[in-house]
Amino acid sequence: MPKKAKSEKLIRRGVRTDGRKIHDLRNIKIEVGPLERADGSAYIEWGNNKILAAVYGPREVHPRHLARPDRAFFRCRYHMAPFSTTERKRPAPSRRERELSKVTRVALEPSILTKLYPRAGIDVFIEILQSDGGTRCAGITAASIALVDAGIPMKDLVAACAAGKIDGKIVLDLNEVEDQEGDADVPVAIMPRTGGISLLQMDGILSQTEFKEALELALEGCKQVYELQKEALTKAYVQEEAPVKDEEKSEGEEQNE
Amino acid sequence: MSYLIEKRTFVIPGDLLAEGDYHAGSNAFKEGSTVYASMVGLSNSVGRNVYVVALKGCYVPRGGDVVIGKVVEMRLGSWNVDINSPYNAILFTSEALDRPFNSRREEMTSILDIGDLILAKVISFDRTRGPALTIRESGLGKIVHGSIIRMTPSKIPRLIGRKGSMINLLTRETGCHITVGQNGLILISGKNPELEALTIKILNIIEEKAHTSGLTNRITDFIKKEKSVLNAEKSKE
Repeated sequence: MPKKAKSEKLIRRGVRTDGRKIHDLRNIKIEVGPLERADGSAYIEWGNNKILAAVYGPREVHPRHLARPDRAFFRCRYHMAPFSTTERKRPAPSRRERELSKVTRVALEPSILTKLYPRAGIDVFIEILQSDGGTRCAGITAASIALVDAGIPMKDLVAACAAGKIDGKIVLDLNEVEDQEGDADVPVAIMPRTGGISLLQMDGILSQTEFKEALELALEGCKQVYELQKEALTKAYVQEEAPVKDEEKSEGEEQNE
Repeated sequence: MSYLIEKRTFVIPGDLLAEGDYHAGSNAFKEGSTVYASMVGLSNSVGRNVYVVALKGCYVPRGGDVVIGKVVEMRLGSWNVDINSPYNAILFTSEALDRPFNSRREEMTSILDIGDLILAKVISFDRTRGPALTIRESGLGKIVHGSIIRMTPSKIPRLIGRKGSMINLLTRETGCHITVGQNGLILISGKNPELEALTIKILNIIEEKAHTSGLTNRITDFIKKEKSVLNAEKSKE
């Protein structure tokens, strides 16, 4: 990482540049199913990040030779819109985007019961509309919701969150400035039910104890994100459900199946 | 140590359904002695079998299902049919005709052409190869008239209702002929376009409110209201 002359401090009196405390997440808003034509979709606003995730499948795989005889073929595409950054980003997938696509795929795949759809394919598209640091975590979080919305059988959700080090302190959920000027960034994705870690990266330098602290903090963050995911899903599906509970008492069981 | 989730609870993938001596039914899976949900839906259980009634999901063919499909590709001796599932179905000429097909004398397009819609039955499907179809039974074959609408396949059981209560109600009240494909496609053919439009309206309501109670009663009321409007319009003319 290039060492820049730090003109301003990132933490002043325990408050960060965007007004958060060191262990605070940014505001997260998740919307389920904004896209009509996709099988499943999700939109997430994570601080200033704005991300759409769409899922297609299970469907036939093209090109055909990619199909696996024993499980579904799972594909991910992480892509930043040309207008998502301060400088126009060329729309062709960059090295970084290819890497993040792969990392996202590996983070999500263990949660999906791919064995149920042999020879089929599942495609995930993550489109970064506006970026402000921590897009991979936000993208994974949104994609997991989109997968649920597509009705794809899964063992668990995947929640992701990063921790890092700025001004010598371990903090939760770095934004763009903190990521650029800070000392280290540790993105983590977990499957909250089992506690399994499906993504763990580190950019920058941390001592062993610092790393442990950062990991612990990121895991805490992931759990908070998981709660928000659950909340968003419940809200999206249960709103139609809500008046039912009252009716049910008066009208009794009438549901088929 | 035994636990069973209350019936009709909203669950998301990974939610605990039961602990102890239970079996994982559809949309659920077992790890050790605990059963978890694998889809969004409403929990349910019959005896020791715990399952999830999914709110979303694709159609997975099963032998015996009646489906509506579209011919998308033609091969020597077979058609490929899109049946709204992850797997394209295959229809052999031997399953389309009562007599042997003579490829020298007749064209396959004279029987079914690309783009044709068919009502067919799934013969078998074992996930290793595409599902095989047949149209050799009465009532099956090429669809020539009517409207087709789409519904989430997992909501089809609700459309049929308990012992066909909902679908019988619809046919009786609207006078439309409704053919339900298990794959989420529904064929409606009525005496006039107004009745077809009304049926489509009702089907959309069912799609939206599929997992709510007292739906049949609400639909009955809705039909009455709409019908009186239709009649009023007619008497004006």
